Amino acid sequence: MIGVLQFPGSNCDYDVLRALKDVVKTDARMVFFKNQDLSDLDGLVVPGGFSYGDHLRAGAIAAKMEVMDKVKSLAAQGKPVLGICNGFQILCESGLLPGALGRNTGVKFVCKWVELEVENTTSAFTSLYTKGEKIRMPIAHGEGRYLCDEKTLKELKKDGQIAFTYVGENPNGSLENIAGVCNREGNVLGLMPHPERASEKLLGGEDGRRVFEAMVNYIKSRK
Amino acid sequence: MTELECWGCEDEKKRPNISLTKEEIAIARKRLGREPNDIEWAMLDVMWSEHCSYKSSRKWLKLFPIDGKNVLLPVGDDCGIVKFDDKWGIAIGMESHNHPSAIEPVAGAATGIGGIVRDIISKGAKPIACLDPLRLGDIRSDERSRYLFENIVKGIADYGNCIGVPTIGGETEFDKSFDRNPLVNVVCIGLVDKDRIIKGAAPVAGDTMILAGSKTGRDGIHGVTFASEELAAGAEETSRPAVQIEDPFSEKLLIDSFGEIFETDAVRGCKDLGGGGFTCATSEIAHKGGKGAMIEMDKIHLRELDMEPWEIVLSETQERMMLVIKKGREAEVEKILDKWGVPHARIGIITDEARYIIKHKGKVIVDMPTEMLGDSPVFERKWEPMPKKAVIKPQINDLKKHLNELLADVNIASKSWVYQQYDNEVQARSVTKPGQDGSITRITDKEGVVLGIGCNSHQCAIDPYEGAKGALVEAVRNTVVMGGEPLAVVDCLNFGNPEKPKAFWQFKSAVEGLAEACKHFEIPIVSGNVSFYNESDGKPIDPSPVVVVMGKVKLDRTLSMGFKEEGDEIILLGETKPELGACPKVSLEQERKNCWLMEKLAETQSVSAAHDLSKGGLAVGLALMAFRGQTGFEVSISKMSEQIDDSEKLFSESHGRFVVVTKYAKGVLDMAEKYGVKAQVIGKTGGDKLEYGPFSVSVKDAKKLWENGLEEMIV
Repeated sequence: MIGVLQFPGSNCDYDVLRALKDVVKTDARMVFFKNQDLSDLDGLVVPGGFSYGDHLRAGAIAAKMEVMDKVKSLAAQGKPVLGICNGFQILCESGLLPGALGRNTGVKFVCKWVELEVENTTSAFTSLYTKGEKIRMPIAHGEGRYLCDEKTLKELKKDGQIAFTYVGENPNGSLENIAGVCNREGNVLGLMPHPERASEKLLGGEDGRRVFEAMVNYIKSRK
Repeated sequence: MTELECWGCEDEKKRPNISLTKEEIAIARKRLGREPNDIEWAMLDVMWSEHCSYKSSRKWLKLFPIDGKNVLLPVGDDCGIVKFDDKWGIAIGMESHNHPSAIEPVAGAATGIGGIVRDIISKGAKPIACLDPLRLGDIRSDERSRYLFENIVKGIADYGNCIGVPTIGGETEFDKSFDRNPLVNVVCIGLVDKDRIIKGAAPVAGDTMILAGSKTGRDGIHGVTFASEELAAGAEETSRPAVQIEDPFSEKLLIDSFGEIFETDAVRGCKDLGGGGFTCATSEIAHKGGKGAMIEMDKIHLRELDMEPWEIVLSETQERMMLVIKKGREAEVEKILDKWGVPHARIGIITDEARYIIKHKGKVIVDMPTEMLGDSPVFERKWEPMPKKAVIKPQINDLKKHLNELLADVNIASKSWVYQQYDNEVQARSVTKPGQDGSITRITDKEGVVLGIGCNSHQCAIDPYEGAKGALVEAVRNTVVMGGEPLAVVDCLNFGNPEKPKAFWQFKSAVEGLAEACKHFEIPIVSGNVSFYNESDGKPIDPSPVVVVMGKVKLDRTLSMGFKEEGDEIILLGETKPELGACPKVSLEQERKNCWLMEKLAETQSVSAAHDLSKGGLAVGLALMAFRGQTGFEVSISKMSEQIDDSEKLFSESHGRFVVVTKYAKGVLDMAEKYGVKAQVIGKTGGDKLEYGPFSVSVKDAKKLWENGLEEMIV
């Protein structure tokens, strides 16, 4: 069972749920952020949106909610945790992933399809890609510029934690074109592009589906 | 402003201003049988304003066809609802937020979306997509228009993106007539279980009125009366308090909490608090149910505790909803509101006697028949035809240069600068990406809704009657060219001051044209909006009846405009007439045949690409098909049989035309003949040029002009 964590202001929650249940055909349920028991979950997705209206800073308030302690404990048990867009911001704000996401260098919100290069194929979410593979997914964010200090960047590179990079145009000014990073263990991934919007041909492409399929495979392999 | 002798409030500064005419004041006194007090005057002022009452337009709007076998909720509620299939209805509404956006573009545009989205929510529907047709001043020459443009787009982006409703399409027109008075129109559609539609009516006495959403504050007071006057010089300063403030996060909480509330069957009726705020929502919901309301003002949750009663009833604080809950079911609803952190209060009950009563600190401060608020006086406006504008055919000497200029023109150039700021894919329904003729959103696995827009304000200024017909047929073409079958129409009629006979004639003529065209196509108008007083410094805008057609489309039969492969045949459907610089005439009969043919071509999957011709005519239409596709084309306009000159063949904006691309040219030509549609093979796809015959341009160079045309004006 995969949970989709719903904060006030989450808006890609049902899209992720649909991708999991209807496209990848796995068991999934919505998890409202208040008073929740997460013990039945094998994995969790923190979806995109504007949790708490992006007040203060994108993801900053959601990251301080009690439920995030439970998310941290899921991650510590080795269960896969995926943060997409605002979910990525929340995972960074809560310390589950290194670095931070700043305002796009172009200032404006950007919604378009971009090309990505797969840098890591060993994480719980990228095992179905080949290294160096070019894939397409859409982005939709105003604060997606990945930033971290030099020491962290060195570690990310050393440990292969950079999962996806933008190819060609860097749409938001991210450091080293970084579009997604994972933790050292590879069971927590955050990315700005939306794999759930790239899971069906009808909606423009299906390169993103393998993120969820890999997640499901990873869960099976742990059992 | 009108002077009144018996103006009860002692402190002059705390009195509400009202803008009723002497005639209306006399009617009000007569109907009530006594002198209304300050608060009652303020409420009548709002409810009888043009914005709330349609007092100038109501008589003419009766010309519109509003019935149809698929209409589940007709004109008269907050939005219309159309049957989609055996399970789903599609709610659709259209609004304008022109005056607020002229004063405060970010807040004005944002609250425009907020309002129409709540209209959709209030009928039990989940909002699933928005469209934003915009009309702005000449950004090439006018600094303020540039500022308004950038910030209106920002307002739409900030709000729409946050609430998780994708902006899947729109249109952007620039003309100096909109320099001080931009038009910000917005369409929202929603998905509703067709057996669980909520109406904006409270027909059962004893039900509880719950006000849910943001605390009431002092923002937006007199918003509707401000929208019912011309924009005065200096309005940016003086009218700012009439503009509402947006809070998209609160709206998002309303969307999610109301989705859950409607899953219970505790709701009797619902209305959003929009123009006219509390006054309008509470009185209309009671009036539509044929009942009255007893309201306790002290229960209303306020942002500022020292608000005067008239400020409370007039406030247009955003993100508020009026729920009428079945007696005894209140706690269920309140629990859901609490779960989402939405403030709420039980503020009154529905009563049998059709009186609208407000109590404040134990005293009755308002007591009027409900119908007095609900039924405003109607006015007969005078009209006087405008002198016909002489049509001057522009002399185009250098065809290639003219095409290049058109492609880079802000009215034709790519609008990606606009739509890339909008989240156009959230909810995972967007089958098309912005920039196509119409926008398709998925409803079920097999079927979707397609939305097509039409309006050419420049043509409407030349001839509002033909122009309005043209708006409808263009919107229909934009629907069928995507593979859709038209179901319903919504409109937003943007005009000048209705008290001026010439401006009113434009309105009346456009309504007549639109009504005739809808009748001919047998598509009902299910909802709409009239925006008058779009004038500043005494100058009216070009009349703009913006029309949106909603259709149904099979998801395995959709079409798009881009050329897919080399070597396919390019066919021009419809007749090109010498109409350069004119308002093209619409032949409804021919137009309908052409649209039927297009529907048939989509259904039989006979064409690989299709595009409706409008701005810039054939030359621009073909170029866009190349830009959105994978290849150029080789066309020879000498193959066209029309006896007109090359500039007319290339740039005339005649109605009723499509370009289609096919591997089965003979089949398409045969079908066209059967339908009585002129069809001509004019060339083939392929190559890296836009080849027209008399001249050619490289796709790469032309595309660059088109891609950069708009952005260069802004940066």
